[in-house]
Amino acid sequence: MSTATGFEQRRSTSPVERVQHVLHANPILGPLAVLVLAILVFAVVSGRFLSAANLGLVLAQVTVIATLALGQTLVILTAGIDLSVGAIAVFSSILMANMATKLGLPGVVSLLVGFVLGTAMGALNGLLVTRLKLPPFIVTLGTLSIFFSLNSVISRSETVRGADMPAIMTWTGETFSLGGFRITYGSILMLLLFAFFFYALGHTAWGKHVYATGDDIEAARLAGIRTDRVLLSVYTVAGLIYAVGAWILIGRLASASPNVGVEYNLDSITAVVLGGTSLFGGRGLVLGTLVGALIVGVFRNGLQLGGVDVVWQGFAIGLLVLVAVAIDQWIRKVRA
Amino acid sequence: MTAESLEKEDRPTAVREPVLQAKGLVKRYGPVTAIASGDLELYPGEILAVIGDNGAGKTSLIKALCGALIPDSGQILLDGREVRFRNPMDARRAGIETVYQSLAVAPGLDIADNLFLGREERKPGILGSVFRMLDRKHMREEAKRHMSELGIATLQNIGQAVESLSGGQRQGVAVARSAAFGSKVVILDEPTAALGVKEGNRVLQLIRDVRDRGLPVILISHNMPHVFEVADRIHIQRLGRRVAVITPESHSMSEAVAIMTGAAEPSPPVA
Repeated sequence: MSTATGFEQRRSTSPVERVQHVLHANPILGPLAVLVLAILVFAVVSGRFLSAANLGLVLAQVTVIATLALGQTLVILTAGIDLSVGAIAVFSSILMANMATKLGLPGVVSLLVGFVLGTAMGALNGLLVTRLKLPPFIVTLGTLSIFFSLNSVISRSETVRGADMPAIMTWTGETFSLGGFRITYGSILMLLLFAFFFYALGHTAWGKHVYATGDDIEAARLAGIRTDRVLLSVYTVAGLIYAVGAWILIGRLASASPNVGVEYNLDSITAVVLGGTSLFGGRGLVLGTLVGALIVGVFRNGLQLGGVDVVWQGFAIGLLVLVAVAIDQWIRKVRA
Repeated sequence: MTAESLEKEDRPTAVREPVLQAKGLVKRYGPVTAIASGDLELYPGEILAVIGDNGAGKTSLIKALCGALIPDSGQILLDGREVRFRNPMDARRAGIETVYQSLAVAPGLDIADNLFLGREERKPGILGSVFRMLDRKHMREEAKRHMSELGIATLQNIGQAVESLSGGQRQGVAVARSAAFGSKVVILDEPTAALGVKEGNRVLQLIRDVRDRGLPVILISHNMPHVFEVADRIHIQRLGRRVAVITPESHSMSEAVAIMTGAAEPSPPVA
């Protein structure tokens, strides 16, 4: 195809290349296909899998990870990584719970102060990344350790029971019925967060700047984007999302425990990667992350129902991650 | 012959005011002098090529003009008024658009997004002011218009990711962006360096189109045939200062290279 100046469009022809193109243009297709396939397989393996009760359980199980993975997605879109996600969420939940029980603050106040503190922890990550120019991996490795340590100090390694907290703090774990499904309010909150960031990333200048910064930070800077501000905003907003995740976590566990959350780091990254977001930045969708989190949930639940030993669940998830990253690498090689 | 016409004949450009002028710019990095004395004049409606060997200071000079570098001393005049750029955004606001060698495009974003990167337009009314919603439809239409104005209409899909374009097409996007938003000057850094012969020629035509639309162009290039093909005047930079300004008519390519490398003393400058 050529016109006036006639820059020619090179075309690929082989079916494999066409698949590569389709996946490149529609990065959500791959994860969706995996999710649908997994659901079909597990539905055949276990009659109970597709029951309303079980699907409600899967959604409840993935809610915390999906929420944390949303914040993680924003960070990874900027070509960063956040290893402190679990630490911020758990520490925030401990702070909220202790403010309500030990300090006797009202539930709403405890939550709001908890949100502010979680946001501040995210902002600290952002400041270290942008002011000290340290790699996000190192920064969040450091703050991971610091937050978990403070978490142990403040909680005295004690779990706060949900029954001792104001009702609002465990509200996220309560359910309502929707056509036979038991759905938690936490799940609705999580879905609302996804809807909000779907909009913010796709339809605002901020979203475009997040993608551009992650894609090529120097190019973004030369195009006039204040990349430090973008990065700081992303880590800060991620901190707020983790703090909301902390609230959902309290509801899900019906307690605030300082000893959970170690696996949240890798699980959140797993959900992001399975959702088709590239660890190299600039490419990915929050809806992909939602699908990625569901894939993890469906696999864990389905394997359990299928009678597969728990130790093999990690094996299966690990295999999925490797395949997902390999496919991402392959898709990135696409050329018109 | 009157004095006036004599002056006109001998110094054809001197009677016009330069659009962009650099006077005695200096930039040092510790003991290293990047620009010893940066002087440059760009006149309306011309393509000024800037050539020089590696380390001659042409990149630093250009960076100072587009705000990417703050000179230690010296003056930059835009339309005769002194300007000080603290960053590339300042220069852009003043009407100087630069296409960097690295293109400064986000490969994962589409053509329209890239054209408006850093100056996105929001929807009118409450959608834009409160919900900060981008006016994607309008931006796409504008992007299409800018691209076709420069004859880059091959791109069937303005929503195509830039990374799926060929090198020449990407260059086309970057040039279209600068032409669309540049109101005073367009600066192009090595626009043909990574391109094949055919695509290189098309980009040269694009540069002429930009000039013919009324925007003066500064072209930094190592490619002598390209420089001699499109430039109206050629500024030769050597050891951090301007050593000559020639035209493709006054000097041959090998003479220009000789001046650039110091093998020959520049003959008295013609412009």
